[in-house]
Amino acid sequence: MELNPLLITNARLLGGESASLLVVDGRIAALDPSETPEGTETIDAKGQWLAPGIIDLGVFATDKPAFHFGGITRAALMPDSGPLDNSGLVERAAKAGKPDLWVHPLAAATKGLAGKELAEIGLMKQAGARAVATGRARIADAGVMRRVLAYAAALGLTVIAHAEDEGLTAGAVATDGEMATRLGLASAPAIAEAMAIARDLMLAEETGAALHFRQLTTARGIALIRDAKARGIAVTCGITPAHLFLSDTAIGDFRTFARLSPPLRSEDDRHACLAAVADGTIDILASGHDPRGPEDKRLPFAEAAPGMAGAETLLAMGLQLVRDGHVTPARLFDLLAANPAKLLGLDAGRLEVGLEADLILIDEGTPWQVDAKKMAAYAGNTPFDGMPVQGRATMLWKGGQRIR
Amino acid sequence: MTSATIRPASDYPPGGDAFRHRHLTGIAQLTPWEISYVLDAAEEWVEMNRSGAAKHDDRLAGLTIINAFFENSTRTLLSFEIAGKRLGADVVNMHAAQSSVKKGETLIDSAMTLNAMRADAIVIRHASSGAVQLIADKVDCPVLNAGDGRHEHPTQALLDALTIRRRKGKVEGLTVAICGDVLHSRVARSNILALTLLGNEVRVVAPPTLIPPAIERMHILPFTDMDEGLKDADVVMMLRLQNERMDGAYLPSPREYHALYGLTPQRLELAKPDALVMHPGPMNRGVEIDSSVADDPTRSTITEQVEMGVAVRMACLDILTRRKRGVPGWN
Repeated sequence: MELNPLLITNARLLGGESASLLVVDGRIAALDPSETPEGTETIDAKGQWLAPGIIDLGVFATDKPAFHFGGITRAALMPDSGPLDNSGLVERAAKAGKPDLWVHPLAAATKGLAGKELAEIGLMKQAGARAVATGRARIADAGVMRRVLAYAAALGLTVIAHAEDEGLTAGAVATDGEMATRLGLASAPAIAEAMAIARDLMLAEETGAALHFRQLTTARGIALIRDAKARGIAVTCGITPAHLFLSDTAIGDFRTFARLSPPLRSEDDRHACLAAVADGTIDILASGHDPRGPEDKRLPFAEAAPGMAGAETLLAMGLQLVRDGHVTPARLFDLLAANPAKLLGLDAGRLEVGLEADLILIDEGTPWQVDAKKMAAYAGNTPFDGMPVQGRATMLWKGGQRIR
Repeated sequence: MTSATIRPASDYPPGGDAFRHRHLTGIAQLTPWEISYVLDAAEEWVEMNRSGAAKHDDRLAGLTIINAFFENSTRTLLSFEIAGKRLGADVVNMHAAQSSVKKGETLIDSAMTLNAMRADAIVIRHASSGAVQLIADKVDCPVLNAGDGRHEHPTQALLDALTIRRRKGKVEGLTVAICGDVLHSRVARSNILALTLLGNEVRVVAPPTLIPPAIERMHILPFTDMDEGLKDADVVMMLRLQNERMDGAYLPSPREYHALYGLTPQRLELAKPDALVMHPGPMNRGVEIDSSVADDPTRSTITEQVEMGVAVRMACLDILTRRKRGVPGWN
């Protein structure tokens, strides 16, 4: 399809400067162009922010309406549904979103995600897999994890790991603390995360592999990552807004929308996570999008499935980090776009001439209320239900094509 | 802990303000005077239950009470059934152990079914913490929690408080040691809440593997040494230890448990000379409690607890159905 050139005028870049941006043939052609080609369509941004489309690292479903609402133009799909452990499935998953959403499948590290035998990571890479992931759980066997890391490193792929020690967390649905004890919920100590991180850091250091922890949620875990980064280990880490804005008090009244994996932590851990976002220890902010209907959530707490629908609230919660002074707008989009692109080896996530025009316009001030009953996602299991938030994507382009 | 009571526990407001809850899901929702109100009401039923032939009152005549037990129980179910029948209600028992009723949406569906049958009160036991609250939010009639997972078992705490009050003349300012598998015990949680709320010093005595995390935040003193924990206690409340906890996962063996945490006559001597011995039943004789202690009528309240259970449940069923029955002052 032939695309007309597009000129977005009167936009505010993340550094605060006013600019216009020209898109030709689906790519960013110029910032503040002196002249525009014939037939250019002009959009007046009216002072709204112009940002790269969000690249959501580690979602559990290809939920296009939710991603588009949330300003997400690319999503890295976790291998759990399928599981994505062979090249055919990876190829199919990669095509699922096109043309208006790009899905980057993450290859299952082991066959069936069983944590025992290496999956065909090389063939999956050829089929389009951009990284390797252990899935919802970690690989329990350290020997297997070591081989996964070494194998992926040789292929130039980052391994995305889950950090919870399965011995400590067996049967647990909450973090040790007053809330779990009062509610009578089986819980595990928060150090289950740091223990898993410690093991995988050593294996990553030894194999020279690039390692990414999809969710970092505890002060002890953060301290290990901070130290490893200082020593030059190729480790990165991410977090979802839930662990930045909610602590385990949110599970009071047995609210299953707040049943997450890893579980919500203490208030002290939450503050440590905010500090780690501010000081650069945390590299990626992601939605963890995992829509779950009533059949999974309208259950007694311990029987409910963990997970949250996060795609629609990711941008608004990120903007809250800006308003609270934890990050600048530019840093927010490093967390939301540039850093995930780097991990996935994508030439995307920045506003640079020559890159694909994956763009969003953001009205950062308009208030709205999160309402689990009115979500674009195919299930409304948001732990932020009822919360007043500010800011949303008003327009979205994928490869220069206006989506909304 | 300083007493949380602003209003003295013996002084409750008139009419429906004396107990302002639609359901009884836990002790956590109650005030001290609401607990006293239930206990005072239960005293009257104790009198009637002991009065001989006519153990009957027809105030709940025409009402339907469903005992929906999703987890196996003998004594609690029986106790609720007798309580309902002595008040003249039509009592129906639904046995739905986890094996036959599938989990999940079916729980809500079961609740909606019970609701559609126009039950006037539903008594629920379920193996999952929070399951009773989940059902209470979906139905139109009062719901009574007969035990949900490890969370709460409010009528047990109320009957224990009544038992203590009748034996000691009060249930405040006492030192109560709750001993055993506190981690997995809803009885312990409800009793900790009720007894601290009423102004008692509560101790928790358990092996380190069976003490819940951050339990001191519930205003109790934790002990792993039973001899220390029993010192000068007015009440020793034993908990049942499930056999599957003693297979090496939480505890090495029954005999080691008995040696370290069993209530023997020698250990009981560390408590006050007139200390009460309580147990919610059923007992593992020779494991958590010695028969000589359990069967000592001057110390043990175990059969009395069962008796108080019926009275307390009658009081709860009466109070929670008053709005429905249009009792003056309860609307």
